[in-house]
Amino acid sequence: MREYGSARARAIPPSGIRRFFDLLLTMEDVISLGVGEPDFETPWNVAEAGIYAIEQGHTSYTSNKGLLSLRQAVARDLSMRYGISYDPEEEIVITSGVSEAADIAIRALVDPGDEVLVAEPSYVSYSPCVTLAGGRPVPVSCHEKDEFRLTPEGLMEKVTRKSRVLVMNFPNNPTGGIMGTDEINAIAEVVVDHDLLVISDEVYSELTYEGTHVAVASHPELWDRTITMNGFSKAYAMTGWRIGYLCAPKQISELALKIHQYVMLCAPIMGQMAAIEALRNGEEEKNAMVREYRHRRNFFVEGLNRIGLTCHLPRGAFYAFPSVASTGLSDLEFAERLLTEKQVAVVPGSVFGETGRDHLRCAYAVSREDLGTALKRMEEFLSGLSRE
Amino acid sequence: MDEKDHEILHLLEENGRLPLRELATSLALPEDEVEERIRAMEESRIIRKFTAVVDWERAGNSRVSAIIDLKIAPERDFGYDKIAERLARFRQVKALYLVSGVYDLQLLATGQDMNEVSRFVSEQIAPMDHIRETATHIIMKIYKENGNPFFEREGGERLPITF
Ligand SMILES: Cc1ncc(COP(=O)(O)O)c(C=O)c1O
Repeated sequence: MREYGSARARAIPPSGIRRFFDLLLTMEDVISLGVGEPDFETPWNVAEAGIYAIEQGHTSYTSNKGLLSLRQAVARDLSMRYGISYDPEEEIVITSGVSEAADIAIRALVDPGDEVLVAEPSYVSYSPCVTLAGGRPVPVSCHEKDEFRLTPEGLMEKVTRKSRVLVMNFPNNPTGGIMGTDEINAIAEVVVDHDLLVISDEVYSELTYEGTHVAVASHPELWDRTITMNGFSKAYAMTGWRIGYLCAPKQISELALKIHQYVMLCAPIMGQMAAIEALRNGEEEKNAMVREYRHRRNFFVEGLNRIGLTCHLPRGAFYAFPSVASTGLSDLEFAERLLTEKQVAVVPGSVFGETGRDHLRCAYAVSREDLGTALKRMEEFLSGLSRE
Repeated sequence: MDEKDHEILHLLEENGRLPLRELATSLALPEDEVEERIRAMEESRIIRKFTAVVDWERAGNSRVSAIIDLKIAPERDFGYDKIAERLARFRQVKALYLVSGVYDLQLLATGQDMNEVSRFVSEQIAPMDHIRETATHIIMKIYKENGNPFFEREGGERLPITF
């Protein structure tokens, strides 16, 4: 049969765990630690601002860049929290989530044949976006021994004359790893030496449990070669509102804006208005959610280590990334059997790249009660394994 | 009092029956330290009491509650304190506040039925010295108490797996 469709679209591999996913949908009484979004609802004052926006008839397009008042609020927030400054008139584009921001950022920077270094384990969308842009994704491994940080040695191993862009995401999905000032300093040298541009997805920045997040662009030599992406989905439990943003020096943000204006036109206005309220009056609710995630993390990670799944302490996001190497099962086998035998769903680490192999991504954005039950079932599963 | 104490209070305010072990691992503190911190906060009456939030209507007990606003003639040397302390001693008074605005004190009173509440107001409260005026608001339905909604709601559903 003739193959329809573009070579680029066809080059994207199908999701490796469709079978696993189908299996999940047929099962009952499943506790899912596979959900990559908050279990909280959007804080009510924020939701109410969205409702009010609709009531007041704010149902139109906005400027392509997004509402100026939201861009101003974002600029203030980034400068206050992370000490990075962007001009709200020229250097910030409001997008439909970080998902869209990642796509347009990559398309703004990548030409066919360019190599794009992607720090792995990695969120699943960057590499397909690179492929669609005609570039070649090149994984750079982050290792458990480094608490899944990106290291200059790792970068050096993969950088070539064709490398144009580095995509990184800290706090990281799926590992929970973070990068501090020293680690960013260490990679900055490689980035500058090889004249790379950086796309930094910092959507989990506010979910940082020890100390505060360090923005890649806060490094003085990186600001003018970095696209900072962030959004409201995780910190404010606003995944369904589809609001994120991208910030970069004018020359770069203008390119991204050109793409955004033709593919998205603008982000939804009611979401933008809700986002303004989140930045104005969302601090306390956000802090309460962060506190709860931290407690759950401590409880869950201690539990994982206690039942014999060794797990480094994830310092950000809401994922634990334990190793199953000691069980003799692959991550896929482990996840499939844990699901069918004990009704606990986790995501096999290899979904996030080769370096994720032998690990599981467990999202702890679920109630304590479910976390406790999941741990109990996992413990039973492990003791069953050891009797085989 | 430090940050850890505050975190303990947040957790206990949400769930007073959180097992000590879970409390300890959540805060990354040893169990005996958490136990000691709670004991100290009980002793200094930062933690006043461990109690339950009860939906009495569901329990089949149709108690009647009322919010009662009071205008008070303050006493020389004592202001509102003396009268407030006398009011607070009634079994029926569940909460009592000094408030700004038209009225001075506001109390929440509970009785077995309407009769008890109205007798309490007319026979106990209104005739007291220094009470100049009362306004009684019978509570007809409880939507939320102690931060807990008393109505059911479905809420949204998340996909079982997202990356
Ligand atoms: C690392 C990372 N980036 C981006 C996204 C998508 O965020 P948004 O909802 O803003 O599109 C996710 C969602 O899981 C994520 O984990």
